[in-house]
Amino acid sequence: MIRLTWRQFRTAAAVAAGALLAVAVLAAVTGPDLARAYAATLDACARAGDCASATAAFARTDSALAGAFGALVTFAPALVGAFWGAPLIAREFEAGTFPLVWTQSVTRTRWLLVKLAVVGLASALVAGLLSLAVTWWSRPLDRAAASVYATFGERDVAPIGYALFAFALGVAAGMLVRRTVPAMAVTLFAFVTARVCTTYGLRPRLFAPEHRVLALNPESTGLGSEFSPSIMLNSWFNGSKSSALDPATPVMPDAWIYSTRVVDARGHELTDTVLDAACPNIGAGGGGGAPAVPGHVPAPDSAREAMRACVSKLGATYHELVTYQPASRYWTFQWAELAVYAGAAIVLGAACVWWVRRRA
Amino acid sequence: MTNDTVLAANGLGKRYGRRWALSDCTLSVPAGRIVGLVGPNGAGKTTLLRLAVGLLAPTTGTVSVLGGRPGGNPYQLGRVGFVAQDTPAYPHLSVADHLRMGAWLNGSWDRGLAEHRIAQLGLDPRQRAGKLSGGQRAQLALTLAVAKRPELLVLDEPVASLDPLARREFMSAIAGIAAEHGVSVVLSSHLVADLERVCDFVVVLVASRVRLAGAVEDLLAAAGGRSLEDLVIDHMNPDNHGTEARR
Repeated sequence: MIRLTWRQFRTAAAVAAGALLAVAVLAAVTGPDLARAYAATLDACARAGDCASATAAFARTDSALAGAFGALVTFAPALVGAFWGAPLIAREFEAGTFPLVWTQSVTRTRWLLVKLAVVGLASALVAGLLSLAVTWWSRPLDRAAASVYATFGERDVAPIGYALFAFALGVAAGMLVRRTVPAMAVTLFAFVTARVCTTYGLRPRLFAPEHRVLALNPESTGLGSEFSPSIMLNSWFNGSKSSALDPATPVMPDAWIYSTRVVDARGHELTDTVLDAACPNIGAGGGGGAPAVPGHVPAPDSAREAMRACVSKLGATYHELVTYQPASRYWTFQWAELAVYAGAAIVLGAACVWWVRRRA
Repeated sequence: MTNDTVLAANGLGKRYGRRWALSDCTLSVPAGRIVGLVGPNGAGKTTLLRLAVGLLAPTTGTVSVLGGRPGGNPYQLGRVGFVAQDTPAYPHLSVADHLRMGAWLNGSWDRGLAEHRIAQLGLDPRQRAGKLSGGQRAQLALTLAVAKRPELLVLDEPVASLDPLARREFMSAIAGIAAEHGVSVVLSSHLVADLERVCDFVVVLVASRVRLAGAVEDLLAAAGGRSLEDLVIDHMNPDNHGTEARR
């Protein structure tokens, strides 16, 4: 049965191996240059005495290739689910070949278990090797960016879990839908939904976050607000956590910062009412005291002075509360994510086995 | 249940949702025969045969094949060869791949028999199954079913989509196999003419009920000069409840 599975799968396996080889060659060719450039940047900035902005700038270099590699690791599991998982059983139904293979001297339970094991193992292997290559290649950029949680799903072991899950999802969808193309569509939709829900809904709740209390910094606190799809999804899943005032994000390398809120000693959040009462005039002349961002029109000096005075005044009763996951938990999160997705894959696989037996 | 029975169904029924594809079917098929299962479309022939090879599980009643539950374990699976309707094959696999598959999946695989049959048919082993004609694909499916050396060969409308010449060749291949290997055969069709040449036992199934069952020789002797086709069609008629068979 293993030989038949391999015979039916070898073309797909060859395509995947070719794609992996191309990625590996590209990474091997460009990787050492990137590492040398990072070493040179560190060397230069150490002599100049300012490494923060130099590494931040370095983290943004080579963004096209970095983005492509990241997207590849993100979407490879979806492709595995749609092109390996969904057709695995659906094609047998569609082509009417299941009566042929189910009446050979191999029980259909064994038939399915072997198929799940062989192609599932290949899925994990492809995702793992791809992630390994991209993680290795991105090391200089990741060190410079110092935000490991930002590239969480594109590095290390988490993609293996995604690939296993996507594959099992595809098989289950193929069994229920019994047609290849609709099963592929169902797989993609369900996989993306699951990824978004776990990234924004489940992952932040896996482990209780830590807290750190900082004094309000009048130089970097303002009314500023950011906007991105990721922030929107985050507030949709976890509720908006912004206070009336927005302190600048503290420098905590590789930490995952959930929120920076302005609270008093008893933990009550600064409200608009309190803010208006304490500083009636702020916000009149524009944004606030946050450091100038490229492309933004800096607030007038008078407005910034008013904000500074206001924040100093509030600093007597209010402080900044940072809710975060420390960098040291990164691998705990990685293994937890792998366990959650691999566990879901096993449940789906077991459901497929139960289903195929029930028909006997 | 005796050793002379290859297939026995008792009150056998299969329901899909609310629709009964087969209900309360009771029949017994003798061993050592080429049995033709005839009946109009929708009589439940395909369902009955799929239950008999273990592709389906019964909703009610029991079915036993060669004295065992169909398809439950590799041993039982190996004792029954099956050619499904439209004689499916993997379009991207070659003829040789199919034979390899047969060898991989069946402990009792007779490689010499399989290769001999393919050579006899003049099939190119490197040819992809998707490129074969309907008749060639049917012969490939039959080769797979025969080379596992079953005790019972079950064929579900194997010639339905074949041209007359391919039909004739396929039916005589079955007759040859039955004679050569002493294997029992159960073969369904909705055309009596397909079966007339090779079958020596006929079962007429109409709406899950056996209307007529008997050795062709005996039936013809009792029919007084009428053809097998006339006899069968007589019993398919809904107004006639098989009284003639009992007479």
